[in-house]
Amino acid sequence: MSFRTIATTRSAMGMPTGRLAIWWVLVSEVVIFGGVLVSYIMHRLAHPEWADQAAHTNLWIGAFNTFVLLTSSLSAVLAHQAAEQGNGPKAARFLFATIGGGAVFLIVKAFEWTSEITHGYTIQSGGFWSYYYTAAGIHATHVLAGMLIMIWVAMSALKNQDLHRVENIGIYWHFVDIVWIFLFPLLYIAK
Amino acid sequence: MSGHNEATGHAPHRNYVKIWAILMVLLVVSVVGPFAGIRVVTLITAFGIALVKAYMVAKNFMHLDVEKPIIQWLMAVALVLMVLLFYGVAPDVMKDRGRNWEKDAGFHPTVEAGHSGAAGADSGHATGSH
Repeated sequence: MSFRTIATTRSAMGMPTGRLAIWWVLVSEVVIFGGVLVSYIMHRLAHPEWADQAAHTNLWIGAFNTFVLLTSSLSAVLAHQAAEQGNGPKAARFLFATIGGGAVFLIVKAFEWTSEITHGYTIQSGGFWSYYYTAAGIHATHVLAGMLIMIWVAMSALKNQDLHRVENIGIYWHFVDIVWIFLFPLLYIAK
Repeated sequence: MSGHNEATGHAPHRNYVKIWAILMVLLVVSVVGPFAGIRVVTLITAFGIALVKAYMVAKNFMHLDVEKPIIQWLMAVALVLMVLLFYGVAPDVMKDRGRNWEKDAGFHPTVEAGHSGAAGADSGHATGSH
């Protein structure tokens, strides 16, 4: 006897409950990241002298990580495309590529933070650095969470099971990508 | 009405590689733009292009343009609340004059020094600890 979770068989408001749920998650994420970013923007505008601190972030590292995340979003949407074609193994391969992109992002960030901390720029070094580590840290946590869930989804996809989840985790991943799209100019370009 | 296929629930697919290529070009412009050293150009290339990139990802990768209207409204309301948060709190943070509050020296660069406070320790430490 096989069981299927309710989210795969039930729909609400004309859409699968799983996809509806992921959009609700993202609405709450907008509040989380929106609160941090809006708070940062207003403080940054009120403190022009933070530019001296912001000048120490590495534009090229930020740009590279933007490239990595945008590319991982491409593989995530290609996984979604493969899933809709019923090709679970192909979707899984694209998901693993996306996970690889997330891993590269986190490794680069780990080296970046190590360099900054060893140069004395810690979360206590000033207002800018407090926001820098908080915003990028929350974002990196979301990247890690997405990777872990994606591994689980990819393992199912390999067996052609629960392919609808490929779209759901993809929607989440693209949102995390969008957050970074705004973090990049705020933390690395505006100096 | 949702653009997802009503029978299969599938979103329409696009030329994703082409969209990714456009995003890459926009990324290069956003990186190169600030090197012009012109504030307006930096604002447009950094934040203007960020808005365009975010729109492209939401529309083409998340398929938000063909999602149910309730979802589009949900996201729009969340974004509006974000803007309301800014305008509700910004006066406290960004204005140094008004009724019933006093800011310590260092909280705002336009406030003349005269008080010492915790907020005064907020800036400039990174360069000092470097």
